[in-house]
Amino acid sequence: MLHCGLCVKECLEYLRMEEEIKTIKVTIDNITIDVAPGTTILNAARQIGGDVTPPAMCYYSKLDGSGGKCRTCLVEVAAGSAADPRPMPKLVASCRTGVMDGMVVKNITSEKVTDARNGVVEFLLLNHPLDCPICDQAGECHLQDLGYEHGKEGTRYQFARRTFKKEDIGPYIQLHMTRCILCYRCTYVADQITQKRVHGVIDRGDHAAISTYISKAIDNDFSGNMIDVCPVGALTDKTFRFKNRVWFTKPVDAHRNCTTPGCCGKATLWLRGEEVFRVTARKDQWGEVQSFDGKPGWICNTCRFETKKTESWTVEGITTISRHSVIGLNKYKTLEMPKETVKAVMKGTDPKLLMDIHSVSGVNKPDTHLSELDRAAKSDDFKNN
Amino acid sequence: MQPLTNKIKQVDRKPMTFMEKLYLPAIFKGMTITFSHIFKKKPTINYPEKQRPFSPVFRGLQILNRDEEGRENCTACGLCAVACPAEAITMEAAERQQGEEHLYKEEKYAAKYEINMLRCIFCGLCEEACPKDAIYLSETFTPADYQRKQFIYSKDDLLIPHPKENPDAYQKALGNRPQKVSEN
Repeated sequence: MLHCGLCVKECLEYLRMEEEIKTIKVTIDNITIDVAPGTTILNAARQIGGDVTPPAMCYYSKLDGSGGKCRTCLVEVAAGSAADPRPMPKLVASCRTGVMDGMVVKNITSEKVTDARNGVVEFLLLNHPLDCPICDQAGECHLQDLGYEHGKEGTRYQFARRTFKKEDIGPYIQLHMTRCILCYRCTYVADQITQKRVHGVIDRGDHAAISTYISKAIDNDFSGNMIDVCPVGALTDKTFRFKNRVWFTKPVDAHRNCTTPGCCGKATLWLRGEEVFRVTARKDQWGEVQSFDGKPGWICNTCRFETKKTESWTVEGITTISRHSVIGLNKYKTLEMPKETVKAVMKGTDPKLLMDIHSVSGVNKPDTHLSELDRAAKSDDFKNN
Repeated sequence: MQPLTNKIKQVDRKPMTFMEKLYLPAIFKGMTITFSHIFKKKPTINYPEKQRPFSPVFRGLQILNRDEEGRENCTACGLCAVACPAEAITMEAAERQQGEEHLYKEEKYAAKYEINMLRCIFCGLCEEACPKDAIYLSETFTPADYQRKQFIYSKDDLLIPHPKENPDAYQKALGNRPQKVSEN
């Protein structure tokens, strides 16, 4: 803004005008909503919520410039605006298209959209290995959800999937390039949250790969957030690698006083018994990092990878998990353990234990602490039990 | 009271006839039925000397499968454990190291795999859930035992014999049922 008196006057006038056209009307799948000008179709749909919201693999509301790459959020615009009600000739990426007053958008009500989305999912899965049984992301993977909803049962692709040489990108993050769908979210994280980006997408087309050039370790204090933004299992936590399946761990909200500037200190702990197996940022209903006081709650690597003791955290309560998610399966919805009733009823006599499972079982040994390992368990780690 | 169905039969409360009062004819009638069974074919068999053929859908003791080269199929994905309604299955995963490629098929494997046979209800959901062809319910009964601790089956108890090192035992463990043709 320039600072001559005239400009300020004009500016004020413009702002007053802005205030007058406060909201614009947009209809998505026959639901009309008033949104602020400049909102994208995707964000307008998110304000409505539910099934109307298009899925997004690359768009991330907390990262500037993200979106427009994966094409899963394609929608049909049946009427461009009230002034010009002609439909848009092609399906548009809803994450990159702004709404106009009187716009009519079709998402799940349009057959064209469902059809296109099925095609996009098929394309995304062309090169994506079906190694969900091995992948640590399984259970909270966006591509898995998307494939479940839109995917075909078999593949029509007859060629070998692309493979890459394994690359070590540091002690904390495991890169599986074969699983990458090139959403670029991790590069935006490195650009916008960390001061220095040492990785990016190298080469083009089929060879395009996330890589550090030339073999560098990503060691920024906030690099761990790349794991959270990755929609697939391309970037996973090395300290959690193969420790347990996500759905067998219990997520709880916790916080600690983190001294790292920029770290919000609010996290989700993934517990197994009393052990902290994994720490992630808290996620909102869109699978994105939650905002606290308008600021995205990114957490630092100290919180994420090095604070794996329950004592270091103040547990707030159970994380709410969507009831459609496998993660919520077979869990008590409270932190309090159910009380032993036998002793109370039997006037202080302990129940007769017919077999102590830990004396027979080699699994979940009380004296083995997997959370203390900063890597995946090896065969030697289980030698003793 | 209004009867709910028309199946009600009034009990016959007539006094017994002379023949009925004698009892003996009814006893002889009963005994003939009993003795006639001596000459009929016996429906029981002498287990375990004789064994009945298993039905093709019989669900018995679990086995952990290996591939043709003898590598373990299981990747400890946990789908059997999450599918198990009795929560009988537990496991612990580990990463395959250099030089272990001949032992395990995939990068990740089950370092520990346990089925608590006291809990198992042989529903076969683990077999259904398995994406890696790794667990099957075989044509074997779980052997009886005197102690509870013998029913915690670990990987040593569950793994199918090695197809190359122990081909006879492997063939025997495969059973007589038609094999499912693998898609890969």
